[in-house]
Amino acid sequence: MGRPLYERSPMPGLGLSAGITLTMLSIVVLLPVGALLAKGVSFGPGNLWDVVNRERVWSALFLSFRLSFFAAIFNLVFGTLLAWVLVRYRFAGRRLLDAAVDLPFALPTAVAGIALTALYAPNGVLGGLAQQIGWKIAYTQTGILIALVFVGLPFVARTVQPVVEEIEREVEEASATLGASRLTTLRRVILPMLAPAALTGFALALARAVGEYGSVIFIAGNIPLKTEIAPLLIVIQLEEFNYDAAAAIGIAMLTISFAMLLAINLIQIWSRRRIGYV
Amino acid sequence: MSDASAFSFRAPTDESPLVRRVLIGVAVLGLGLLVGAPLVAVFAEALKQGWLAALKSLGNRDALSAIRLTLTIAAISVPLNAVFGIAAAWLITRFDFRGKAFLITLIDLPFSVSPVVAGLCIVLMFGANSLLGGWLVAQGFPIVFALPGIVLATVFITFPFIARELIPVMIEQGRAEEEAALTLGAGGWHVFRTVTLPNIRWALLYGVLLCNARAMGEFGAVAVVSGKIRGQTATMPITIEMLYNEYLSVAAFSLAAVLTLLALVTLLAKTVLERRHADQIAATHRH
Repeated sequence: MGRPLYERSPMPGLGLSAGITLTMLSIVVLLPVGALLAKGVSFGPGNLWDVVNRERVWSALFLSFRLSFFAAIFNLVFGTLLAWVLVRYRFAGRRLLDAAVDLPFALPTAVAGIALTALYAPNGVLGGLAQQIGWKIAYTQTGILIALVFVGLPFVARTVQPVVEEIEREVEEASATLGASRLTTLRRVILPMLAPAALTGFALALARAVGEYGSVIFIAGNIPLKTEIAPLLIVIQLEEFNYDAAAAIGIAMLTISFAMLLAINLIQIWSRRRIGYV
Repeated sequence: MSDASAFSFRAPTDESPLVRRVLIGVAVLGLGLLVGAPLVAVFAEALKQGWLAALKSLGNRDALSAIRLTLTIAAISVPLNAVFGIAAAWLITRFDFRGKAFLITLIDLPFSVSPVVAGLCIVLMFGANSLLGGWLVAQGFPIVFALPGIVLATVFITFPFIARELIPVMIEQGRAEEEAALTLGAGGWHVFRTVTLPNIRWALLYGVLLCNARAMGEFGAVAVVSGKIRGQTATMPITIEMLYNEYLSVAAFSLAAVLTLLALVTLLAKTVLERRHADQIAATHRH
C-alpha cells in the first residue's frame, strides 16, 4: 500500500469528470444491478434456490450454457481460420469479407432472428433443403445453435486478427529451417501464439451467447424443457408480474456472467504473463 | 527445395496453393451462409410483394411511430453516452487514483450482463413496485413502460461503447499537449476544445457510430422495460417482433430492412474510418 488515494495533477476537471462518471455509473448500472441483488437478499437464499431448482429452470440454464458452449467452440475454430485467411491471403473480395465479419455486431438481434428463421424454417430456402434430407433446423436446438453462432461470430476473429498481424515471419522461417513441416510449424509455433487471444474471443463469444435473447427466440420455437432458453424464462416470469422468480433466475444468470468475466480476466492475465500481449 | 513443382516457387512459410484455396473457400462459404444469406433474406422477404407493398407498410401509423420513437431514443441515449464516455475517459486517463482498474471493470460490466437481465434490473429499481419507482409514478413521472425506462435500458446496454474507444486513444496521446496548453495559460474548457477534442474526434465518431447502431437495434432489454405498448413504447425492433408474430411478414421485414440498411451504412462508415484514420482510432478497436 502506501500509495495515496489520489495523486495531485495539474489537469483540470477532476471534479466534473468524476462527478459525471460516478453519477451516471450509479444511476444506470450500479443502482439497478444493486436492486436485483437486494431483491435476491430480501427474497432469501432458500426461496431463490426453490425457484432455480426446478426442472424447467435447470433445463433452460443448461440448454443456454451448453448450446452457447458449442457455438463458441465453432466460432473458436472458424474465427481463427477467418483471422488467418483475412490477414495472410490476398484475394478478390477480401475487404468485403473483412467488413462482413462485423455484421453480427451491427445488425439488430431481432432482425437477425427473423431473418435466420425465414431462412431455416421448413418453408425457407435452406430449411426446405434440409427438410428434404429429413433434417429440421428451425424450432429445434440446431436452430438455436445457428443463431448463437451468428451473434458470436465476430469475437474470435476480431481478437485473433491483430495477433496474426503481429506474428513475425522470421519465427516461422526459423521453424522451417529447422526442418519442421508447415503443419508442425502451425501446431507447435503459430497456434500457441494465437491461443490466448483465441481463448479471450471464445470467452467473449460464450458470455454473449449465454445472455442472448433477440436472435434466438424467433428460431427457437420456445418449447419448455426442449428449446426454451434462460433469458426467455425471465421474460415469462416478468409478464406474469412474478418479480421474485424473475429476480432469482436473473441472479443465477448474473452469477454465470460474473464467473465468465472473471475467467476472461484470468485468461488475459495468464496470456500477458506468457506472451506479453493480448 | 523439396517442392515437387518445377514451375512455381513456394516459400517454406507459405501454405500450398491447394490448402490456401480450401481455407479461402471455407471462409467465403461460411460467411456467405452465416452472414450473407440472412442479409439477402431480409430484403427478399421485404420485397416479396414488390416495392409498393414494402413502402406502404412503412407508411403505416404504427411503423411511423416506431421509427419516430427509435430515433428519439437514439437522439437522447447516444449524446448521454458520449458525455459519459468523454468524462470517464478524461477521469481515467488524465488522473491517477486508486481503484482505477475496478472502475474500468464496473464500466465494462454491461458487456457481460444479458440484455434481459439488464432490463430486469431496471424494472426492479424503477418499476412501479419499487420504492423509488412508486414515488415517481405518484409524481406523474413513470419510468418503466415509458420513454425514460427505454432510454435507461439503452444507455445501460451501450454504456461502455464510447468510453472503451476513447480510453486507449487518450492513453496513447498522453497528457503532454494538454499540460503545455495549460502552462501557456489556457483554461480547462479551452484546452479540452482546442487540444483534446481534435485529437479524439475520430475515435469519438467511431464510438458514436457503434453506440448508435446498438441503441437503435436493442431488443432484449427494451422488450422487458417498454411494456410493448403499440404506438407509445414500441420501438422499431419491438414493432418488428409484433408484426412478425401477427404473420405480417412483409411489414415486419420492411421495417427490418430499414434497420439492416442502417447496419450496412454503419459498417461502411466504420470501414472508411478504420482506413482513413487508423492511427487516430484505438489500435485494439476490435470489438
